[in-house]
Amino acid sequence: MIRPLLVVVSLALFGVAKIPAEHAIAQAHRVLHLRAVDFNLDLREQVGQLGFIAALSGFRSLVADALFVQAHVAWERTEWGRVLLLFRQVTALQPRAILFWDVAAWHMAWNASTAALEDPAQPRLALRVKAQREYLALGKDFLERGIKNNPDRPQLYEAMGRLYRDKYLDHEHAAEFFAKAAQLPDAPSYDKRFAAYELSQVEGRELEAYTRLRQLYDLGERERLPTLLRRLKEMEIKLDIPLAQRVPDGLP
Amino acid sequence: MNSSGHRAFSPGRIAAITANTLTELTRLKVFYVLLFFALLLIGSSIFMARLTFQQEFQVLKDIALGAMSIFTSLLAVLATARLIPQDREDRTIYTILAKPVPRSEYLLGKLLGVILLLALSVTIMGAVFLVVLNLREHAVLNETASQMSGAPPAQIAEALAAIRASAFNVNLLSGIAIIFVKACLLASLTLFVSTFATTTIFTTIVMVCVYFIGHLQGIAREYWLQNNSAGWLTKTFLGLVTLLFPDLQLFNLTDDIVVGTAIPSALFAKTVTLGFFYSGFYLLLSWAVFYRKEL
Repeated sequence: MIRPLLVVVSLALFGVAKIPAEHAIAQAHRVLHLRAVDFNLDLREQVGQLGFIAALSGFRSLVADALFVQAHVAWERTEWGRVLLLFRQVTALQPRAILFWDVAAWHMAWNASTAALEDPAQPRLALRVKAQREYLALGKDFLERGIKNNPDRPQLYEAMGRLYRDKYLDHEHAAEFFAKAAQLPDAPSYDKRFAAYELSQVEGRELEAYTRLRQLYDLGERERLPTLLRRLKEMEIKLDIPLAQRVPDGLP
Repeated sequence: MNSSGHRAFSPGRIAAITANTLTELTRLKVFYVLLFFALLLIGSSIFMARLTFQQEFQVLKDIALGAMSIFTSLLAVLATARLIPQDREDRTIYTILAKPVPRSEYLLGKLLGVILLLALSVTIMGAVFLVVLNLREHAVLNETASQMSGAPPAQIAEALAAIRASAFNVNLLSGIAIIFVKACLLASLTLFVSTFATTTIFTTIVMVCVYFIGHLQGIAREYWLQNNSAGWLTKTFLGLVTLLFPDLQLFNLTDDIVVGTAIPSALFAKTVTLGFFYSGFYLLLSWAVFYRKEL
């Protein structure tokens, strides 16, 4: 009887000794945004009992992948409601996976919104436009939450820039998000150019846009792409830049 | 060495038990079935990943590392749970312990046999995974290069670099190493349970429960340490979970590694140390239960 008791006491004493180490590693995970998922009732409701248990057992990413494949099938069948539901589950399980936020936003803002606008079952244009806007907002919401969970990565800022540029035709916000993306590590070189291109289309900010375009031009041949040269020329004319200060003609 | 020439601790004897255990385990069909399914899943991940058509490497890595994690954990529990009961059934335990072999060496040899088996399985699965990843990476690189053949060289280089970065990164090896450490922990914990369990099935069921509770231990610990408003019954229950179970969530880093999160070497070292510390402690406990046990 004494030996089992001693074993339990040893186990408890070891338990006390290990707490600081476990706590320190868990804190390090939090600092690094690892295990960014809160296992709470919201997640349980979103992913279902089986998914919740699988996620709890350390197979969070596998469950997320399985749901992602299901979402892909739902998209092929144009079941938009199901696509939305599945992507909410996927992003809840893997909030650090850029791919999931990006694809979710793309499905909502590009595919579902277009399908809603061209819905043959809805004869009233006003209702089709309303549905389109709702899907656009859903896409934007995915990107906003994605950025909140991944503030250190450029891809979702870039996706938000594209959304404002192509869907909302809001060049000022598009420029802002491309510029934010460009400031982050590992951002592609075109983000800076895209920010300047978008700014060049904003009324009242032409001088700022011209300055940025000119700075890019001055970086050398690598940045002197046809779109940049064309925008620069447009700005020079619009702002009436003295001829001596203009870039040489040489548009392709 | 004492007067009769018998040493109190002999690496040779441990090595003999380890080799014997490894041979026994590799002869089991269950080992090949598990390995076959793991390799099948890792191999098929290449096709599943293509279903998603975008950033397929993430899905490929998720499935492959998930399969490795499931199968090594299963193998650790199933292989260890049967060690002592099987030896009793075959009566080999009596033959071994009748000789001047300390029970601590017997347990250590058995555990090392399982750990070697786990190392072997993880190496095979890891190698298959890296080959699959490499094959797919080269295929995607070739496809991209041919699709972008007309683009400026700088753009092609940027695209190819992005593909290379999303395929293999050195953190994957850390992830595989942590899967192995977690499996070692589970093996030593299973050995501890099997020292007082009477059947293999009992040990396996207990370990399945421990596995789930271990993944919840972190939540219980946080709540126990931070929440002062909980009732004494809740606090006692959470305290017991915190003290008696290992935090298995600390070893689940692959979910984050596949999405590109870098694991600092200090964190990796701490996690591995904690894993081996747990394993050593559970081995000591196994010995404490086993050394005077009536067989």
